[in-house]
Amino acid sequence: MTGDDILLQARLWWWQRTSAMALAFCVLVHLGVIIYAVHAGLSAASLLGRTRGNVVFGAFYTLFVLACAIHAPIGLMNVAREWLGWRPRPVGWLAAAFALAIVVLGLRAVYGVVVA
Amino acid sequence: MQSLLTARIWRGGSDGAFVTYEVPRQDSQTVLDVVTWVQRALDPTLAYRYACRVGMCGSCAMTVNGRARWTCRTHVERVAPHGILDIAPLANLPVIKDLTTDMADFFDKWTKAEGRFQGAATRRQDFARVAPDSRQRRAVDAAIECIGCGVCYASCDVVNWRPDFLGPAALNRAWTLVNDVRDIALRQRLRAVAGDAGCHSCHTQGSCTERCPKNLAPTSAIAGLKRVTAQAAMRRKL
Ligand code: SF4
Ligand code: SF4
Ligand code: FES
Repeated sequence: MTGDDILLQARLWWWQRTSAMALAFCVLVHLGVIIYAVHAGLSAASLLGRTRGNVVFGAFYTLFVLACAIHAPIGLMNVAREWLGWRPRPVGWLAAAFALAIVVLGLRAVYGVVVA
Repeated sequence: MQSLLTARIWRGGSDGAFVTYEVPRQDSQTVLDVVTWVQRALDPTLAYRYACRVGMCGSCAMTVNGRARWTCRTHVERVAPHGILDIAPLANLPVIKDLTTDMADFFDKWTKAEGRFQGAATRRQDFARVAPDSRQRRAVDAAIECIGCGVCYASCDVVNWRPDFLGPAALNRAWTLVNDVRDIALRQRLRAVAGDAGCHSCHTQGSCTERCPKNLAPTSAIAGLKRVTAQAAMRRKL
């Protein structure tokens, strides 16, 4: 294995660990938000009324999306390398495409409830 | 009348088979006692290893009823309450004959993981002073008592499916040196233990820690290596 690969793996591990910590926090808050929303019996209109223009809400879910976009593709990469025996390069492309998809879909949703 | 124990012992190389022996039961009998009795009383060609018989040398490990164990300190009554004992060579290592495996790969990986201490001091210098309660010394203490038995290595699924994986024992050894403040080969060692063949392949499922007869925790040693290599990589020091 080349030196670059070692460096990359060690860094990817750091990013995955760090994003996991962010996710642990985000998932808890997210569950809280869901429970709150359900208990309050809110309708779609009143939900949007609370999320529109809410900077904190927008910032929180942007962080959530970014943490997912970092965490999930790295895990997928490891699975593809280990179980499917894919080479690092195609695996890298696959992970990048997956990360992009999460970012686009996720941020679009955030945009939809906060801005649009 | 003395009761008997049915011992099915692996005979031959990797294409061998179990052969059944009847062995008299005894109080406080260990699995190693059973194997020794078979060799002395029934078949002197049975090949196996042991040296200390007290859990220090690490040479007597075998697969006992499907699990890797040190046989000199494994009591028959604890692992074979129904009087049936399957004894095979350790897994994940080539079988030489009967219960002996070729452990060259296992120990070569200690070398590959930079498992050798490299100091800078000469014999003319005073002893290094390491505070017993320092964080690093405590990490060394927790991992240093390895006897090199190979039980962890034989229990690791990752070793099974990727033969170049350094394995729990070699990585555990590297971790003791990473925490040895006298050692000067840190960077080189971190490079040796990072990546696909090293700590990053470990799945953290802990079979090694579960089975280690010395109650060591190679899983946490490996987690420590992941942490330290990541910190080094983020500081461009890997
Ligand atoms: S924790 Fe890691 S080293 Fe230990 S048995 Fe599992 S994969 Fe192997
Ligand atoms: S870590 Fe435990 S199981 Fe592994 S070789 Fe050392 S003593 Fe044996
Ligand atoms: S014979 Fe030495 S550890 Fe078992």
